[in-house]
Amino acid sequence: MSKNRNLISGIDWWTILLFLMIALFGWINIYGSSYTTDQTEIWDFSHRAGKQLMWIITAVFLGTIILVIEEKAYDVLGYIFYGAMLLLLIITPILARDIKGSLSWINIGPVSLQPAEFAKCFTAIAVAKFMSRHGYSVKSIRDLFIPLVLIGIPAVIIMIAQKETGSALVFLSFLLVFYRQGMSGYILLWGLISIVLFVLVIRFGEMSIPFGVGNHGFFLSTIIIEGVVLALLIIKEKDIKTTLITAACLVATFGTGLFLQNKTFVNFNFICILSLIICVCILLFQWIKQRKNSWGWLVIFIAVESLFCQGCDFAFHKVLQPHQRTRIEVLLGMKDDPNGAGYNVNQSLIAIGSGGITGKGWTQGTQTTLKFVPEQDTDFIFCTVGEEWGFVGSAGVLILYLLLILRIIQIAERQRDRFSMIYAYCVASILLFHVTINIGMVLGLLPVIGIPLPFFSYGGSSLWGFTLLLFIMLRMDAARVKKQIV
Amino acid sequence: MENDLFHSRKYIVSGIAIIIILVYILRLFSLQILDQSSQALADSNAQLHQTIYPSRGLIYDRNGELLVVNQPAYEITMIVKEMEETNFDTLGFCKAIQIDVEDFVTRMQNMKDINKNRGYSKHTPQIFIQHLQQEDIAQLQQEKYRYPGVDIRVRTLRNYIYPIASHVLGSVGQVNYSDMEKDEYYAMGDYSGRDGIERTYEKQLRGEKGVEVLMRDARGRIQGKYQDGALDIPAQAGVDVRISIDRATQEVAEQLLKDKIGSIVAIEPKTGEILVMASAPYWDPKELVGKERSTNYQKLADNKHKPLMNRATQAQYAPGSTFKIIQALIGLQEGIITPNTQYTCQGRGSSPIKCTHSHGNLVDVCEGIEQSCNPFFWELFRDLLQQDGYKDKHTLFKKHYENWRNIVTSFGLGSQFENTDVRDQAKGYIPTEEFYNKTYGSRGWKAITIRSLSIGQGEILATPLQLANQVAAIANKGYYITPHFNRHDSMKLDVHNTLVDKKHFDVVHQGMARVMTKGTGRAYNLPKLQICGKTGTVQNPHGEDHALFIAFAPKDDPQIAIAVAIENAGFGSKSACPIATLVMEQYLTGKIERTELFEQMVNTNLIEQEDE
Repeated sequence: MSKNRNLISGIDWWTILLFLMIALFGWINIYGSSYTTDQTEIWDFSHRAGKQLMWIITAVFLGTIILVIEEKAYDVLGYIFYGAMLLLLIITPILARDIKGSLSWINIGPVSLQPAEFAKCFTAIAVAKFMSRHGYSVKSIRDLFIPLVLIGIPAVIIMIAQKETGSALVFLSFLLVFYRQGMSGYILLWGLISIVLFVLVIRFGEMSIPFGVGNHGFFLSTIIIEGVVLALLIIKEKDIKTTLITAACLVATFGTGLFLQNKTFVNFNFICILSLIICVCILLFQWIKQRKNSWGWLVIFIAVESLFCQGCDFAFHKVLQPHQRTRIEVLLGMKDDPNGAGYNVNQSLIAIGSGGITGKGWTQGTQTTLKFVPEQDTDFIFCTVGEEWGFVGSAGVLILYLLLILRIIQIAERQRDRFSMIYAYCVASILLFHVTINIGMVLGLLPVIGIPLPFFSYGGSSLWGFTLLLFIMLRMDAARVKKQIV
Repeated sequence: MENDLFHSRKYIVSGIAIIIILVYILRLFSLQILDQSSQALADSNAQLHQTIYPSRGLIYDRNGELLVVNQPAYEITMIVKEMEETNFDTLGFCKAIQIDVEDFVTRMQNMKDINKNRGYSKHTPQIFIQHLQQEDIAQLQQEKYRYPGVDIRVRTLRNYIYPIASHVLGSVGQVNYSDMEKDEYYAMGDYSGRDGIERTYEKQLRGEKGVEVLMRDARGRIQGKYQDGALDIPAQAGVDVRISIDRATQEVAEQLLKDKIGSIVAIEPKTGEILVMASAPYWDPKELVGKERSTNYQKLADNKHKPLMNRATQAQYAPGSTFKIIQALIGLQEGIITPNTQYTCQGRGSSPIKCTHSHGNLVDVCEGIEQSCNPFFWELFRDLLQQDGYKDKHTLFKKHYENWRNIVTSFGLGSQFENTDVRDQAKGYIPTEEFYNKTYGSRGWKAITIRSLSIGQGEILATPLQLANQVAAIANKGYYITPHFNRHDSMKLDVHNTLVDKKHFDVVHQGMARVMTKGTGRAYNLPKLQICGKTGTVQNPHGEDHALFIAFAPKDDPQIAIAVAIENAGFGSKSACPIATLVMEQYLTGKIERTELFEQMVNTNLIEQEDE
């Protein structure tokens, strides 16, 4: 009895409240978006809203079961779960029917499930289990490598075998967990810079420089790389002398180039490479002189990013699928294609924008009810909120997600063992990643990547997957009280 | 947790989440609150504005008899994009509207050809075929659901109860680009009055288009009314127009003009309302309706007799002897003659102008009119102009000429009628002093130089409308009201006084009455009508002379003033006079008792004669 009372008092009801609010508001919006003039019954189970209600009820039931199961099971059986999940992911494409090029759905009786939605949860358990080992340190290459493999295997299977790029990219969210556990922040910064460079190279790669060989993309990327190096020299190394020398050399190089541009044709690619080599030379000289490894890292940074710039142009045109390439081009404003690749986002922005401050009212959105926005109850559900509930409603949903994520971080921080803490961070990171990518896509800020909005989008697999993820964390959290006593 | 070196990183992780959400909220703020353009885009997605066409106003005659009505005409429109998205059953479609595939292909090409159809777009309904009857589209209407993108629209076309008055009524045709640029009301495929009453009263007749706002889904399917019709605007039907034409008389007039070139204008003197305006050759107004319109129009335009020209207002003739009435009035007004003044006539031996009729030697004004005595009017004209001789460099002569001209123009001659709904008027011409100065030099012309004017020949020109109006002024004893078609009372106030006093008209009326009893018109007189008339024959250097006749009746209370001009018909008394009396008989008695004369005149063919 006392054990049950402990359990109930240990449950974080705030999280459950936020979970229910988001799920129920999602259900209301699924009805609002699939509303047509001839369908008026929200309870009708043959319609999407009715089905979603059934998914929500079963999800609550699932959550209750999880809360009853002893949390030790995850610690003990973590790798077995992980292995079973990998097996399921591998056999899925064999059993799956092809749905819009994706091989991620399997039918179990009347319902179809997407195992990838559950993979996140079991990967999180496995990663948390490994990283909570005694003596674990992210700083050790081996200790970082194994979790990377743990998240890499399902990601690769999902991306290659199931052709679900979006679901695979979600595994990147674990980087935030590693960061919290001590991975260098420079890796995140490095990633961010790489994204910026990618955008610059793609966006300006085809703009050639007048009266010279080269393009703006590579030129701007070089400036960014060298700018970051100079900034790090000042902030991290506090070596003003080297900074000034490097800066002076770079200014001299580019100045010569610009001066010559008026006289003759100049190969700016050559000038850029020359400037990078000058940087590397100065840093190598300092490295040898001062014997400080951080100088070496800067050299590696320049080398890797320079190669990356050369590589991403190739990757963009040769590795990416044509539809993915078009999505990026549309997002970067390089292509105007309101009826093709840009159609979804264009219609989505019209839907959100036309909502105004308070929206058009539930079921009154013309963009959504008249089906102008595709995938409107799954990946693009947020534009229904924007259109029918306006700024108030859509900002409200964003704030609900923020509160949920912050609450989960708070829960993570109050854990007494590393396993549950890391797991909770995994939950927070995965949710943040989903919200960021999904809403960023709907708002036209990120390329179209089809991943659902947690607890909100229509779909049983996604809802069950997130419920599993969240409630396992709640169960662990509820158990911390007991651990305190023990 | 103890020993956590990276404890502070929770703030960074939280911070990342907060920043992302804040950026998104700012983006929402900019999309939903700062940017106002999305609402219009969403509306243009979801709303389909369907025009509701008003029915065009009807046209009635002066007695409330219907002349012009509407008939439905169907047109088939296509949204090419929707057709392309489905497997369009071309064969079935062609069968449904009974055209062959070849026709379908050419029509599609024409529709898509931006040079022929400047407003072409894949996404909007385009007109595929027009002017269909109910039976043509009956089958398609039943199976329309099979042809996405295809729609049937109803327009109204004109229909005419009587095949008369084409020149007056005008016609309705499709608007062109310059119409659309001038008036935003019109859209591609709309109709508007192209000429005549239809054009003059276009704004009244057309009504106001309405709009029905429908809700359309992403596939273009109609999902019912937008906001239950809250944005709908009902169409306002056009206002009917009642015109002054007398249907029965107009019909008689046009029958009488059969196989002739010429025109008839009749005016109600008291009101200035035009009772009859017929021009020949004419056409059945039905010919310029619907799909045959352009071919028939081209035929009319190519016809060498120029049927499209409204001879009643656009043909200009020298008034000939009909002008003698005004000459007599000027002589009386200026005191050159009294009713008793006599001039001599040497008949065919007269000089400088011979007389064409045989009558007594001494002629007074009444007889001068009755016998259409040329020497009388020459002598009168000469005395008027030369009363002060040619002293002071002809200044007094010219002053008298100018005075003569002023009186003539006060009868509405020499210029268009302003502020009226009669379209396309020719000006006519009363020569000015400057004209003769230029032609003959300032002192190079005298009364004798311009003697032709005395008998209405020479440089003087008038339209049949002006002639009819001039008779109306004579019938009114000194004033006329601008001739017009509408029946608004305000028009009756547009009174123009001539420069001849009322008292001088009685003797002229008497002379005109004698034309019918004893003079040139006596063969066709109808005593009970008390007709006052005057014949005229206009010299035509290109062929047979033109016949003119002006008249009003009854003498004591004029109800109708008429001018008839028949080209290449010889003497005015021969054809123009009987036609005029028949028209007056119809108007004044409501029927024609002289059926034999009527048949004879109807069957007179004056076009073939000219062809020979």
